Amino acid sequence: MKRIKKIKTIDELKKLIEEQELSRKQEPKKVITVSSGTCGQARGSLKVIEALKKAIKAEGLEEKVKLRITGCHGFCEAEPNIIIYPDGIFYQKLTPADVRTIIKETVAEGKIVEKLLYKDPQTGTRAVKESDIPFYQKQKRIVLGDNVFVDPTSLLDYFSIGGFRSFLKALTELKPDDIIQTVKKSGLRGRGGAGFPTGVKWEATRHSPGDIKYVICNGDEGDPGAYMDRSVLEGNPYRVIEGMMIGALAIGAKDGYIYVRDEYPLAVRHVTLAIDQLYKVGLLGKDILGTGVTFDLHIAKGAGAFVCGEETALIASIEGRVGEPRQRPPFPSVKGLWGKPTCINNVETWANIPLIIKNGADWFASIGTDRSKGTKIFSLVGKINNTGLVEVPMGITLREIIYDIGGGIPDGKAFKAVQTGGPSGGCLPASLLDLPIDYESLTGAGSIMGSGGMIVMDEKTCMVDVAMYFLNFLRDESCGKCLSCREGTQRMWEIVKDISEGKGKPGDLELLEELALATKDASMCGLGQTAANPVLSALRYFRDEFEAHIYEKRCPAGVCKSLIRYVVIPGKCTGCEACKRACPTQAIQGTRSQPHLILYDKCIKCGACLEACHFEAIEAQREEAIIIEKEVMP
Amino acid sequence: MSVNQTVNLDKVQEIIERHGGNKSKLISILQDIQAVYHYLPAEALKTISRLLKIPLIDIVSVATFYRAFSLKPRGKHVATVCMGTACHVRGAPKILEEFERQLQIKKGETSKDGEWSLESVACLGCCAIGPVVVVDGDYHAHTSIRKVPNILKKYRK
Repeated sequence: MKRIKKIKTIDELKKLIEEQELSRKQEPKKVITVSSGTCGQARGSLKVIEALKKAIKAEGLEEKVKLRITGCHGFCEAEPNIIIYPDGIFYQKLTPADVRTIIKETVAEGKIVEKLLYKDPQTGTRAVKESDIPFYQKQKRIVLGDNVFVDPTSLLDYFSIGGFRSFLKALTELKPDDIIQTVKKSGLRGRGGAGFPTGVKWEATRHSPGDIKYVICNGDEGDPGAYMDRSVLEGNPYRVIEGMMIGALAIGAKDGYIYVRDEYPLAVRHVTLAIDQLYKVGLLGKDILGTGVTFDLHIAKGAGAFVCGEETALIASIEGRVGEPRQRPPFPSVKGLWGKPTCINNVETWANIPLIIKNGADWFASIGTDRSKGTKIFSLVGKINNTGLVEVPMGITLREIIYDIGGGIPDGKAFKAVQTGGPSGGCLPASLLDLPIDYESLTGAGSIMGSGGMIVMDEKTCMVDVAMYFLNFLRDESCGKCLSCREGTQRMWEIVKDISEGKGKPGDLELLEELALATKDASMCGLGQTAANPVLSALRYFRDEFEAHIYEKRCPAGVCKSLIRYVVIPGKCTGCEACKRACPTQAIQGTRSQPHLILYDKCIKCGACLEACHFEAIEAQREEAIIIEKEVMP
Repeated sequence: MSVNQTVNLDKVQEIIERHGGNKSKLISILQDIQAVYHYLPAEALKTISRLLKIPLIDIVSVATFYRAFSLKPRGKHVATVCMGTACHVRGAPKILEEFERQLQIKKGETSKDGEWSLESVACLGCCAIGPVVVVDGDYHAHTSIRKVPNILKKYRK
């Protein structure tokens, strides 16, 4: 990494940014960008990088090719992937063995390696550029888009895309009130879930009495199934910090904290590196650029508690205490960290700030709907073809996200539900696929925007099981302060667990609804107040599935263990013995090329045979049906 | 296994000093101590209590509130199965069960020989490549029941 000298004045920073912008224009002809976030690394991007370095050297192309290692590009399904500029050729699912071919054919000779291109699962056509892939076409990647262009460990790289120009603008051209008015006018609302207007929060913090104020970045992305904050912190940490620096100017804060989950080691590393680097060049600390402005930034690591995503619990955690929420008001904008006025915003919210300052409030407000402005990043995961992070304008429909961007459901299965908002949200059925996505319509449908998890479920997902999953999560993560939440989530879980085990009885659903409402009404913080959503939404849209479990002792999706038995469908079984080898309890019998048989008393229902079978010859059938069959056919 | 290993308290003291003896840095201090010992030894907690003048009960309350901390020694290898929603719908519970069968321990336990600890985590944020399992810091993507024995083999001698 190149050392940068201390930047002492505004002009020096301006000059440095200009130099870097120019140097990007003068970059060597070919730039190979490797996506290497946590997902990429898990899929082997580091080995691909090593192979690329070797191959570039072996071909003597060091002068002509630049290798840029970046954070996540969002198309996680296609990891590890690279983009070769200036043509923008996108190669996916690479192994180190592919690298030599790429360097020889594409980089040296300009030919395209067909087999490494993305292939549309439906049409079979190959896409050469990233922009040709349907996954990217309906997206509007204003926040995530720059992940492709910056090495997150390099401040110079961030300068080269105009980084810190917004901070300079805020510092030299705008008064604190102007910044707040711009953010207010843009219509930006909190991306952490609740959707509170960001500018209003800033204004309240600015006008709270007191000399000492704080800004906090909430990177405690605890919603299982959501990971956009990780991707932004990993892939573009400087943008988040620049947003916080602008916020600090507007609010009058001299101190800030970035709270990151401990489960995100790479994000912690990149944020720590960025902070160190900014201190070294003098963009953090005392008397920034000789203007007398002071801003200190610290990193605080979470320790694995979901409730710490709640702002008052997060503050308690930074103070070194147990992360229990407290009653609001007073809101943190009045009484926050160490009792001082504090402005807490989510990672994605902060990352939007430099863009709003740079392009203006009207630009931002022109994207999205009447009341929900800008874009939102969703993590499109679960039973979907194109898994990954998608950034879309507010107001887009669920159908567009799931079918146009996500490419539909794999293996020809039917769509059943999409879960948004994590444990505070709900499951939306197929009848709501044309729902436009904004804060109000999601809340109206019984879910919430949340931090942006979007978990797609197909016909083989059991909604009782999903409700039980979330209740188990919530009873585990409830801090225990409010009785209604502590006992409410526990009792709801017990009831749903009974239902899933075939022990449900008439009246259970009514009791569940009553408990859900009590938990909602009597709990203090967001966790308890929304804890009922997964259950209530499941009951609202999938009540028949709960009833099938209770009255017919049947799990229609074939998931709930107590209600199913695995059977071999003789007509489909080819006798390949794959299931027999996979079975850990030797419960499968049969000779080669003959249909096999599962011995029920030995079967532990682990599902290994189902996974091993290539012919869909193993099915989860209802336990009762098998018993009846035995009785009918002696 | 280092169950009876006497704790070298110099390191604990050093960590506390690195954080400026600041009470509000308690969580960071515990994290650093856990990074060294892989769990929070009772002796270390007592030392923090003495040096920072925080009642031991308050330290234990923090250490037991946050999931990342362990008061019990962990195995040489730690397998963590992600139980996030995306991993769940793709079969994470079955993967966890297979680990339990293979290692003959339950989630949250450490094997008698001190070789393995099995844990679960609420979400690792690698939802696109689930079900995900992390062993000793290495991420294993798209795991399946069948892949479990092979994953374990890599770490077994």
